[in-house]
Amino acid sequence: MEPIVQYKDVHKSFGQTEVLKGIDLDIKPSEKVALIGPSGSGKTTIIRMLMTLEEPTAGIIEVNGENLWQMEKKGEWVTADENHLRSIRGDIGMVFQHFNLFPHMTILENCMLAPVLVKNESKSEVKATAVEMLEKVGLGDKIELYPAQLSGGQKQRVAMARALMMRPKVMLFDEVTSALDPELVGEVLEVIRDLAKEGEMAMILVTHEMDFALDIADRVVFLNEGVIEEQGAPSEILMNPESERLQDFLGRFTSSR
Amino acid sequence: MSSLPDIFSTVVQGLGVTLQVLVLSIICASIIAFVAGLSRVNTNPLLRGFTGFYVEIFRGTSLIVQLFWFSYALPGLFNIHLGSDIWVAVLAISLNYGAYMSEIVRGSIQAVAVGQTEASVALNLSKFQRMRHVILPQALRMMLPEYGNYLIQILKATSLVSLIGLTDLLYYGNIYRSTHLAESPTVYVLLLVMYFVIALPLIAFTRKMESVSKKGVAS
Repeated sequence: MEPIVQYKDVHKSFGQTEVLKGIDLDIKPSEKVALIGPSGSGKTTIIRMLMTLEEPTAGIIEVNGENLWQMEKKGEWVTADENHLRSIRGDIGMVFQHFNLFPHMTILENCMLAPVLVKNESKSEVKATAVEMLEKVGLGDKIELYPAQLSGGQKQRVAMARALMMRPKVMLFDEVTSALDPELVGEVLEVIRDLAKEGEMAMILVTHEMDFALDIADRVVFLNEGVIEEQGAPSEILMNPESERLQDFLGRFTSSR
Repeated sequence: MSSLPDIFSTVVQGLGVTLQVLVLSIICASIIAFVAGLSRVNTNPLLRGFTGFYVEIFRGTSLIVQLFWFSYALPGLFNIHLGSDIWVAVLAISLNYGAYMSEIVRGSIQAVAVGQTEASVALNLSKFQRMRHVILPQALRMMLPEYGNYLIQILKATSLVSLIGLTDLLYYGNIYRSTHLAESPTVYVLLLVMYFVIALPLIAFTRKMESVSKKGVAS
């Protein structure tokens, strides 16, 4: 099966600091990939580049075989402009650590904004879908509330519903439970688990919820100091970590539990 | 104090000019503030630089001098006549206050959390849609209280226009005082009261906007 996302020797520096030192990574359609690793290892940067929030310093990222960050202009490859990025990133969706809901809109309006503006879908149809989507994440009775009136867990579920409204082929989750109170983590993970079971959407999860990652992922990618140190099926990674760094990393997790 | 009705009937002749300059200046200054504020957050460095230059020039020089310059220097130097004195006054005041107010516009836009832009990018909104539907509505709420403050300041600035010969409240007050020197205290107390009364709706507006701006912006 052709990969839906391909990273080819992707580098990223912030100033003098190189945070990603040559990433090669293929994501297949409907594959669930968990990115794990110590903080500062570049996990978040990997998905932010795919969402076009950071531009790679070098290397190529392809979505459906199309070059995301470069485009051909008069026979030469130049940095992609806004139109090019927009034409490709429609297939990508993202859920953020800090939710980033629009505070001046109700949660229903949050969900309706992009489909109406970007996809030009009719308001009544979008509304029906949005209500359905919010019911799916367990917030059907709250559609007229504003984000400030919700708990963190509820906000994050709205953020997921909002991202799903665009029917992305790849969904990115950037430490979506890190900003939540411990007792609210479960309800968010539950929604992600349901999405994973539905199947057709590829998912890349940056997470510190190790048990959860191992549970729902088809593949776990361990990142360390800007390189992919090890990857494989969850059971392999957990039972037989090869590299010493991964052993250390997993050891820290089990000892802190 | 028996002459109070007398003083009032003289001074009130200037009310029309004061209100006219006030309303026109508020409209023009607001437009300038928006155009300049948006230009300063534009990605085009030329546009940013030019607007920055305008803002600093008009913030860094005195309004009275600007008034005199538009009124006397411009026609003399370049033979440019801006038409009636009212428009000279409106132009000087709105360019001056537009410069200050553009800084509120710029500051509020930049104060909207970066996560809002990122979420809009992730939802594939265009640059224009991001600004129009996500950033500006939140920035507007933030800028409103300070915007109201500037409206009150514009009102007070209109009292300078008598210096270029416009017949506003202060102008008529001065006329009356020059012939009734003993009445000076009454004349100026009356003027203060009149400016305050005109400011009342603006003050109320500012208050109202403060409460509006507290709603629905918390991230």
